[in-house]
Amino acid sequence: MSNTASNSFISRCAKSRSFVIGGTITGFLLVCAIVSLFWTPGTVYDIVIKDRFLTPSADHLLGTDQFGRDVLSMLMTGTQNSITVGIVAVSIGLFAGVGLGLLAAARKGWTEELIMRLSDFSFAFPAILSAIMITAILGPGGVNSIIAIGIYNIPVFARLTRGSANAIWAREYVMAARASGKNKLSITLEHVLPNILSIIIVQATIQFALAILAEAALSYLGLGTQPPHPSWGRMLNEAQTLMFLHPMQAVYPGAAIALAVFGLNLLGDGLRDILDPRLSRKR
Amino acid sequence: MTKTVLEVTDLVRHYPLPKESLTAPPRYVYALNGVSFSIEEGKSFGIVGESGCGKSTLARNVMALESTDSGSVKIMGKEVVGLSFNELRPHRQHFQMVFQDPYGSLDPHHTVGRIVAEPLAALGRLSRQEKDERVAEVLTSVGLKATDVSKYPHEFSGGQRQRIAIARALITRPSLIVADEPVSALDVSVQAQVLNLLRDLQDDFGVTYMFISHDLAVVEYLCDEVAVMYLGSIVEKGKTEDLFARPAHPYTRILLDAVPQPAAGKKRDRIRLSGSVTGQTERRVGCAFRDRCPMATDKCAEETPALRQVEDGGHFAACHYSEEMIQRATA
Amino acid sequence: MTLLTVNNLNVNLQTASGPARAVRDLNLTLEKGQTLGIVGESGCGKSMTALALMGLLPENATTEGSILLNGENLLEKSERELCTIRGNRMAMIFQEPMTSLNPVHTVGRQVMEPLRLHKRLSKAEAFEQAIRLLDRVGIPNPEERIYNYPHQLSGGQRQRVMIALALSCSPDILIADEPTTALDVTIQDQILELIQTLVAEEGMSLVLISHDLGVIAENTEKVVVMYGGTVVESGSTEQIFSQLTHPYTQGLFAAMPKLGLGRKGRLTTIPGTVPDLVNLPKGCTFTDRCPLATDICRNTPPPRSELGPHHQVLCHHLEQAIEARSRELYT
Repeated sequence: MSNTASNSFISRCAKSRSFVIGGTITGFLLVCAIVSLFWTPGTVYDIVIKDRFLTPSADHLLGTDQFGRDVLSMLMTGTQNSITVGIVAVSIGLFAGVGLGLLAAARKGWTEELIMRLSDFSFAFPAILSAIMITAILGPGGVNSIIAIGIYNIPVFARLTRGSANAIWAREYVMAARASGKNKLSITLEHVLPNILSIIIVQATIQFALAILAEAALSYLGLGTQPPHPSWGRMLNEAQTLMFLHPMQAVYPGAAIALAVFGLNLLGDGLRDILDPRLSRKR
Repeated sequence: MTKTVLEVTDLVRHYPLPKESLTAPPRYVYALNGVSFSIEEGKSFGIVGESGCGKSTLARNVMALESTDSGSVKIMGKEVVGLSFNELRPHRQHFQMVFQDPYGSLDPHHTVGRIVAEPLAALGRLSRQEKDERVAEVLTSVGLKATDVSKYPHEFSGGQRQRIAIARALITRPSLIVADEPVSALDVSVQAQVLNLLRDLQDDFGVTYMFISHDLAVVEYLCDEVAVMYLGSIVEKGKTEDLFARPAHPYTRILLDAVPQPAAGKKRDRIRLSGSVTGQTERRVGCAFRDRCPMATDKCAEETPALRQVEDGGHFAACHYSEEMIQRATA
Repeated sequence: MTLLTVNNLNVNLQTASGPARAVRDLNLTLEKGQTLGIVGESGCGKSMTALALMGLLPENATTEGSILLNGENLLEKSERELCTIRGNRMAMIFQEPMTSLNPVHTVGRQVMEPLRLHKRLSKAEAFEQAIRLLDRVGIPNPEERIYNYPHQLSGGQRQRVMIALALSCSPDILIADEPTTALDVTIQDQILELIQTLVAEEGMSLVLISHDLGVIAENTEKVVVMYGGTVVESGSTEQIFSQLTHPYTQGLFAAMPKLGLGRKGRLTTIPGTVPDLVNLPKGCTFTDRCPLATDICRNTPPPRSELGPHHQVLCHHLEQAIEARSRELYT
């Protein structure tokens, strides 16, 4: 791309308020996760019973929980967990789903029918239910919950990809490529995929947010990350019994989840505005 | 002796309609009902007709972009119908296509160089340098700059985009170019530029055109021979001069009369056509045009008129009353 | 009696690449019962003019000047007042009959809506009236068709329904923006004939907008030729087509393929493309493509010269342009 084009791309990014806010929040969470790998303000794994339920102070900015662990540190370390789950689960859904969707659009006929009916079938189960089913079969644990969420993501991407790819297949430039003797694989890679990429990227950010929510829900149910690894969902779970005595214990992880989901959704919205060719490339 | 570049014989294409119920008999859209014509090297063959007459279906079948029900399409003497996509690939360099919509036919994510070079894939391996040379050469021949290769389609106007599309069709030095309404999306002043370009390219490279249009004036300007299609069949064909001067089918006459004339002066006398194109979902005995034809008689309902020669010099028409039509036109 | 007067109308559009002068210094008059044609290529401002007359300009548009309908300035009206004028005194037909009808409502419901809204008819009265209107625009079996959805009608019939809608409150002015561009020639012929008859019988005034010189020549009494947002030539249809004067009008006419010219000769082309409305020259908008252009054209707006009664041309080089009529202006 020429210089002017990339300039206008950056200026379009700067102009989209939701992209800026969403990007900032997402960036902040990423920084938290990275920092927590090396340093946290307090301890996360050590149980210090005498320090339980401390109110916020200089030592513990957000206080401590019922085992005397530093809440801020746990939140920061929990970010790692959420981001890993998001990235891995979305990647599973993205690669398998987009691949299946592209295949369905290119092959049509019974291949398309089979892929779409399978995804209808998996859509029939609520996300959490299917995740519970998968963890029930494979056993609870961080990795299994990631796989469960990832599998749930496959039909989402498969449907979206197939829908948008079908629209591209109907375009005249695809017809022109066929008239040039290009086979379906090269048309898919050269014409279809680049033209639907922006839609997929936007969906990926939204699925990322949903994956974080799903992971929190699974952990809350005790099917996700196992102790002593901190996770936002498990923090909520542990706070639940103390809801009326120490409400703040539930508020902190709840706020973290809300912030992450909010930030990613804004980012997705902003990306949609920026990447939408109808807005950027007016005839 | 002149070489025949394209020979289409009795081409049939019926699209199945979704069934209304499991037990209902299958229904079809009769898009092409046995179309035959041939084009000689270096000539332009025009196909005119209203929307839904099957002219775009014909283009896609000639280009082997969809499966044909029956009939034969020979390009440069080689049968195209029945070949698999991969078997056909090496042969594709001989026939290329230009599409109607200059906005829809170019991938917005590809550079002009990449778009124009696309058909070269069918030629097998070419060196990078050879590719670049051919792209530059073909871009200059359609009136664009060789430096335009790195630009994107959205940086060009409609007319320039259609030049890019023509360059893409020319790059394999094909014998036949199928052009489906190549100028109907363009403004008048730009349309003239593209029409002249198509003419010049024919003079320079000797390409053969199968030119599809709904605009009779454009066809008259560009084509040596014309076929008029109605409901999936050719109802009249012949040399452009003959056909336009002495239309032998009432439908041709009506089409010619319907074109508004940009001239001072009062209204012309003409036959007006009532009704619109009827469905293509049923097959009937008799002339397909009889419901709208001002000359229709009982004979038209009983006997399907065959395409027959009505005048010397290859003027064919499918009407029981062609001789009367010609007489009336000469009188 | 002068029905509509447009004085120095300017329409500016705020676009991503800067302010675009979509219409500049436009003057029009329309008498009762008169038919006026606006002709020009895409981006010449003809559709924007129509939208300005109807008060339907997009939100990023600002206007200057005045549009007087029976002496009342429409540009100063509130949206609410405009609503009573639209449909009641002015009605518009659009190019695309498929998208201008709501696909989820029956034709009857859509024709009845303005009748109930503007004329406050009861449901039964509106139903009766709707059938009468559909019959009037030549839809066969209106009693049955009234229950059809838009997709069940052909393109020509949909345009007839649009005309019925426009007629429903017997407006004084009918604005038709490319009403037949999406239709086949034979259907175009029918629709234009219908518009002509209705205009004559109802005593309406017609503003017909088209890019097709033929359509304009055969259907209007007065013509305005627009280029780059401004009028370059105006006059009676007879005058314009017998004395093409402005270099653009001459070029546009010469660039159009016309039936009967055959393959002899070449189409004249106007070099370049339609101008970008964001960076128009200060003077004559046609400067960059005009063979007669000199420095004065670029910087000074051309003067308006009276060539005959009501035949006005805006050109700096009028004598040369008149002299050029006999020869080819473009080479």
